[in-house]
Amino acid sequence: MRTLLTGNYAVAEAVKLSRAKVIAAYPITPQTTIVEKLAEMVEKGELDAEFIRVESEHSALAAVYGAAIAGRRAFTATSSHGLLYMYEMVWWVANARVPLVMAMVTRTIGPPWNIHTDHTDLLTMRDSGWIISMAENVQEAFDLTIQGFRISEEVDLPFTVGLDAFQLSHTAEVVEVPDQQEVDEWLPERRQSYKVLPGNAVTIGNIGPNEYTAKLRYAMAKAIEDSRKVIEKADNSFGEKFGRKYGGLVEEYRLEGAEYVVVMAGAWCGDAKDAIDRLRDEGLPIGMMKIRYFRPFPKEEIKRLEGKEVLVVDRAFSMGYMGIFGMEVSSVIGDVTNVIAGIGGVDVGVEDFEAMFRKFASRKLQRLEWWPREVFS
Amino acid sequence: MSSWLEHLIAKSSEGSAGKTGLWRTFKPVHNVEKCNRCLLCLYYCPENVIKVYHHRFIIINYEYCKGCGICAEICPQDAIEMVEEEE
Repeated sequence: MRTLLTGNYAVAEAVKLSRAKVIAAYPITPQTTIVEKLAEMVEKGELDAEFIRVESEHSALAAVYGAAIAGRRAFTATSSHGLLYMYEMVWWVANARVPLVMAMVTRTIGPPWNIHTDHTDLLTMRDSGWIISMAENVQEAFDLTIQGFRISEEVDLPFTVGLDAFQLSHTAEVVEVPDQQEVDEWLPERRQSYKVLPGNAVTIGNIGPNEYTAKLRYAMAKAIEDSRKVIEKADNSFGEKFGRKYGGLVEEYRLEGAEYVVVMAGAWCGDAKDAIDRLRDEGLPIGMMKIRYFRPFPKEEIKRLEGKEVLVVDRAFSMGYMGIFGMEVSSVIGDVTNVIAGIGGVDVGVEDFEAMFRKFASRKLQRLEWWPREVFS
Repeated sequence: MSSWLEHLIAKSSEGSAGKTGLWRTFKPVHNVEKCNRCLLCLYYCPENVIKVYHHRFIIINYEYCKGCGICAEICPQDAIEMVEEEE
């Protein structure tokens, strides 16, 4: 069924269709309407799930961790300061190898107080062992949420769906929503490597020899490495079932014959693609490699860009170095041009991208440049 | 079972953390004359080292008793005394 949904309502709809059994979250803008909608669904009896009200984000993730470790499909959502408040549990859930899905509506970090998007919050999860995905549009946020449960449960790692504040979370788009039976056919029953249940007297989080920690991190590193194939497989079979296939860890846009390649992630990719179309019409061989998954990092895909002029457009900055995507991409292919833009939700539209890419193609950008330059000088 | 799982979760078993009785500085000593077999000590012992035999004999396993003193504290009959360990 085609229906008009905001990004947040689309995520809620996907969680419902995935038959999540336990939901807990603490409200924070711009995430709030996801769990508001889910609470409404539970209250109306449309969704057979337990909705747990909690006093903080730390407790929200702790509650869904408990439910998930007991074998239930569980979901939470947060943003920005909420993520930072639950940060201890972010690592605990991953290290405990507990599959669950969290929506991360990206929002900058204060001060100053600001509810608009950049990717700084999401990227603090980088090293934690979560599978980190990023949606470009409402449909992709919906699809990633359903795929997230399957991928997470297959590799015993938590999964986050990143979607930009307001640009996706509160913007309505037409979404193709499959019916329950179709989702049931595609999404298997919940599975996980272990459960903690009454009658099964096991402990988790107990003291172990130091080697146990090392061995567990090694196994985790292997699991997230293996998740590349799982993600690709899920993308393919989802495509066969629902007609939408994105390309796995990255999406390639007009890369055929491209000498100039832009690497970026998130909602603004749509505007950047429009700018690329305009420049292509003028004959400029430019394309995009859109990062759909930040972890596992698409290193093989990025490697294919060797020998091309690469511009990485970042919405997050690593203080004391460069843009976070910029440094990750340059770790694979060496020097790249890195533009920092849209920090704190500063609007970057099609015209901005067009001007930026023109400057890039005529080699007028600095290696590291905050966009637009005149504002920051 | 996944090979990593054995490092993540633990099933409780006697002595899985070594002979923890070595940690003890005070030792609970049971006085069979004062004891009325209410068995509160058995339920409160966090290490599960107190056992009762034939509804009568209370045995403390000193191999694993850490000497926390909860049994002595909870005993309504003052039938458990904490005695300092000698070298």
